[in-house]
Amino acid sequence: MLPELFAGVILAALVLYALLGGADFGGGVWDLLARGPRAADQRRVIERAIAPVWEANHVWLILAVVMLFTAFPPAFSAIAIDLHVPLVLMLVGIVLRGSAFVFRQYGDGGRASTERWGRVFAIASTVTPVVIGVTVGAITTGARRASGVPPSTLDLSWLGGFELLVGLFTLALFAFLAAAYLTVEAQTPELRDDFRARAIGASLSAGALAGAAALAAGPATTRFADRLTGSWWSLPLAGLTTAVALGALALLFTRRFGLARVVAGSQVVLVLLGWGAAQYPVLVAPDLTIASAAAPAATLEVVWPVLIAGSVLLFPSLYWMLRVFKAGQR
Amino acid sequence: MSEVLYARAQMAYSLAFHIIFASVGIAMPLLMVIAEVLWLRTGDAEYLKLAKRWAKGTAVFFAVGAVSGTVLSFELGLLFPAFMEHAGPLVGLPFSLEGFAFFTEAIFLGIYLYGWDKVGRWVHVGAGLVVAASGALSAVFVTIVNAWMNAPTGFRVEDGKIVDIDPLRAMATPFALHEILHTLLAAYMATTLAGGAIHAWALLRARTSSFHRRALAISLAVTIPVSLAQPLVGHYAGQQIAVHQPMKLAALEGLEQTQPRAPLTVGPLEVPGLLSFMAFNDPDAVVKGLEEIPVQDRPHWIVRSSFQVMVGLGSLAAGYALFTLAVAVRRRRLPEGRLWLLTSIALGPAGVIAMEAGWVVTEVGRQPWTIYGVLRTADAATPVKDLWLPFAIFAAVYAVLGVVVGGVLVRQVRGTTDPPAEGG
Ligand code: HDD
Ligand code: HEM
Ligand code: HEM
Repeated sequence: MLPELFAGVILAALVLYALLGGADFGGGVWDLLARGPRAADQRRVIERAIAPVWEANHVWLILAVVMLFTAFPPAFSAIAIDLHVPLVLMLVGIVLRGSAFVFRQYGDGGRASTERWGRVFAIASTVTPVVIGVTVGAITTGARRASGVPPSTLDLSWLGGFELLVGLFTLALFAFLAAAYLTVEAQTPELRDDFRARAIGASLSAGALAGAAALAAGPATTRFADRLTGSWWSLPLAGLTTAVALGALALLFTRRFGLARVVAGSQVVLVLLGWGAAQYPVLVAPDLTIASAAAPAATLEVVWPVLIAGSVLLFPSLYWMLRVFKAGQR
Repeated sequence: MSEVLYARAQMAYSLAFHIIFASVGIAMPLLMVIAEVLWLRTGDAEYLKLAKRWAKGTAVFFAVGAVSGTVLSFELGLLFPAFMEHAGPLVGLPFSLEGFAFFTEAIFLGIYLYGWDKVGRWVHVGAGLVVAASGALSAVFVTIVNAWMNAPTGFRVEDGKIVDIDPLRAMATPFALHEILHTLLAAYMATTLAGGAIHAWALLRARTSSFHRRALAISLAVTIPVSLAQPLVGHYAGQQIAVHQPMKLAALEGLEQTQPRAPLTVGPLEVPGLLSFMAFNDPDAVVKGLEEIPVQDRPHWIVRSSFQVMVGLGSLAAGYALFTLAVAVRRRRLPEGRLWLLTSIALGPAGVIAMEAGWVVTEVGRQPWTIYGVLRTADAATPVKDLWLPFAIFAAVYAVLGVVVGGVLVRQVRGTTDPPAEGG
C-alpha cells in the first residue's frame, strides 16, 4: 500500500508542477509570441504574474524527483541512464529560463541587456516544455530501454514520433493554462481579450495534438494504449475530459474568466490523471513497476510522516503566498 | 579523459558553482533582515535602502542557486545512478526534509521580495527571518547527506548488498555535527567577508559614507563571531576524521609512516607529539600513516594543498576578526584606517576560496570511495558513454552564468558607489 501512496504523491507533485510551474513556462511562450500594439503590455502582465511565485512553483519538480529516488531508486536510476540527453536538455532549459528571468529583472544593464535576457527567457520557456513532454513520452514507451543500444549521449533512440507529439502537446497545454490564467491577471479589457484569443487557440491546438498523440500511442506502446482506451474508466474519463475542455472554451468565449481559470486547471489535472491511470502499475516501461522498484519499507515508513508534517507547513504557506499575490487582481 | 573522470569533474564543477550561490542564499537573508530591523527600530532610511539593496542581490543569487541546485539533484542520478540506487533509501529522508526547507525558503523569499507593501512591516521581517532560517536548514539537511557519504551508518552489507537499512540512524552519522557546523559557518564567512570587502572598497573611495559604514558594521557583526568559531570547529572536524577516515588525516599532514608521538610540521618547525595530541588529545597516541593503504588508493596531493590553503586563510581571517573586535571593544567604534580597509578588501575572496578548498579536502579526500568503504566511485558512475558532451554543455552554461552574475554584481555595486549623492 505504501508504495502506491508514494506513486500517488509523485503524480500529485507532477500535477501541481504542471498547474503552477507549467503555467510559468506558458507565460514565457506568450512572451515570445507577444505581438501587436500591446506587445509590451502583454509582456509586463506576464512578468508581473510570474515574478513572485515562479521559484516556489518550480520546487514541485524537485519534490517529485526527491520522492522518486527515495521511494523508487531503481526507477530514478533507469530514467537517469536511459534519458540522460533529454534530461540534460531539460536542465539547460530550466537553468536558462530562471537565470534569464532574474537577469532581465535585476540586471540593471539597460534596455539592450533587458531585451536580450527577455529573449533567452522566452525561448527557454518554449523549448523546455517540449523536452519535458518528450521525456514523459519516453518514460511511457520505454523505447530507449527496449532498443538494446548501449547508452551513449550521441544516440537518439529516445526520440520517436509519439514522444515528439507528447512534447508538443505539453507545450500547448502549458500555453493554454498560462493564457487562461492571464485573462484574470490582465488589467484592461483589451489585454484580457488578447489572452482570451490565445487561450482559445492553444486549447484547440492542444486538442488536436492530444488526438494525434493518442493515435501514435498504439504503435509506440501497446500496453499503455490498451489501458488508456480499453479500461473500465476509459470512456468516462475521456468523456469528462472532453466535457471539461469544451466547458473551458465556452467560459472563455463568454468571458467568464474567473471560472475559466479553474476549469482550465481541472482539464490539466484530468489529463495527468489519465496518463497516470494508463501507466499504472508501471513506473518506467517496460519492466519497472511500483512493486518491483519500491524502496524497503523501512524507508517509506519514516518518510511518510515527513510528507504529512511537511504538507501541514507547506500548504498554508502556499495558500498565503497565492493570496498575497493573486488576490485583488480579479 | 576517461568516462568516470568526466562524471567526477562535472559533479565537482557543478557543486563548486552551486555552493557559492547557495552560501549567499543562506547568509544574505540574515543581513537584510538585520538591516530591516534596524530601520524599523531607528527609522533611519539608510537601513531601509540597505535592506532593499541586499534583497536585490539575494534575488539574483537565490535564483541561480535554485536552478543550479535543480541540476545537482538530477546529476546525482545522471552521473552516479548506482550511488543513488544504493543510497536513495538511506538518504531520501534528509533530502525530503531538505525539499520542504527549500519550499519554505522559496515561498517566503517571494513574499519578502515582492511583498514590501502587501504585508505588514513586522510580518515582512518575519518572512525574511523564515527565509534566513530555512536557508540554513536546507544546508543542514543536504550536508547530512554528504556526511553520510563520508561516514555511512544505518545499514549492514551482506554479500555486497545493503540490507537492514535504518534511515534515522543514517542521519545520525558521526560526521553530521562537524560538517553541518563547518559548512554553515563557511557560508556566513564566505558571504560576509566578500560583502564586507565591497563596502570597505566603497569606503576607501568615499570615507564619510554612512551608508557603507553601516553596511560594513552589520556584515562584521556576523564575520567576527563566525571567523573566530571556524578554526575550533575545524579542529573538531580533524578529530573526527582521525577516527573515521585516518587516511584522509594522513594525507592532510603528509604522514607516511604509522607512528606514536606523531609530529606536527608548521613551516620549518616540527613539534613532536603535537599531531597525536591534536588528533586524539594524547601526545602518545598512534597516528596512522599512508603506508597502510596501496599506493593507487592514496589521496591526491591536491587534498593536502587545499587543506593548507583553507587553514591558512582561516587563520588569517580569524586574526583579522580578533584585531577588529579588539579595536571595536576598546574604541567603541570600528577601525577605519587605510591599512585596515585594504586588509578587509584583500580578505574579500578568502572565505569563498577557503570554502571551496574545504570541499576539495572532504570530497577528493574521500576518493576512491563515493560511499566511504562501501561503494567505489568507479562502480558508482553511469554506464552512459560520451559524457564529454554534457560535460562541455554545462561547463559552457556555467561559465556564461558566472560572467553574467559577476557583471550584474558590479553594476549593482556601482549603483551604490558611483553617484556620491546616493552613496554618501
Ligand atoms: C551549504 C549548503 C548547501 C549545499 C552543500 C548544497 N546546497 Fe543545494 N541549496 C542550498 C544549500 C546547499 C540553498 C541555500 O538552500 C539553496 C540555494 C537557493 C535555494 O533555493 O536553496 C539550494 C538550492 C538547491 C536546489 C533548488 C531548490 C529550489 O529550487 O528551491 C536543489 C535541488 C539543491 N540545492 C540540491 C542540492 C544537492 C543535490 C546538493 C549536493 C549534492 C546541494 N544542493 C548542495
Ligand atoms: C582554520 C582552521 C580550519 C581547520 C583546522 C579546518 C579543518 C577542516 C577539516 C579537517 C576538514 C575535512 C573534514 C571532513 O573531511 O569531513 C574541513 C572541511 C571543510 N572546511 Fe575547513 N578548516 C578550517 C577553516 C576553514 C575555513 C576558514 C573555511 C571556509 C570559510 C572552511 C571550509 C570548509 C568546508 C566547506 C569543508 C567541507 C565540509 C566539511 O567537511 O565540513 N574551513 N575543514
Ligand atoms: C557544495 C559543496 C561541494 C563541493 C564543492 C563538492 C566537491 C566535489 C568534488 C571536487 C568531487 C569530485 C571528487 C573526485 O571525484 O575526486 C565531488 C564528488 C561528489 N560529491 Fe561533492 N562536493 C560538495 C558537496 C557535496 C554534497 C553536499 C553532496 C551530497 C549531497 C555531494 C555529493 C557528491 C557526489 C555524489 C560525488 C561524486 C562521487 C565521487 O566522486 O565520489 N557533494 N564533490
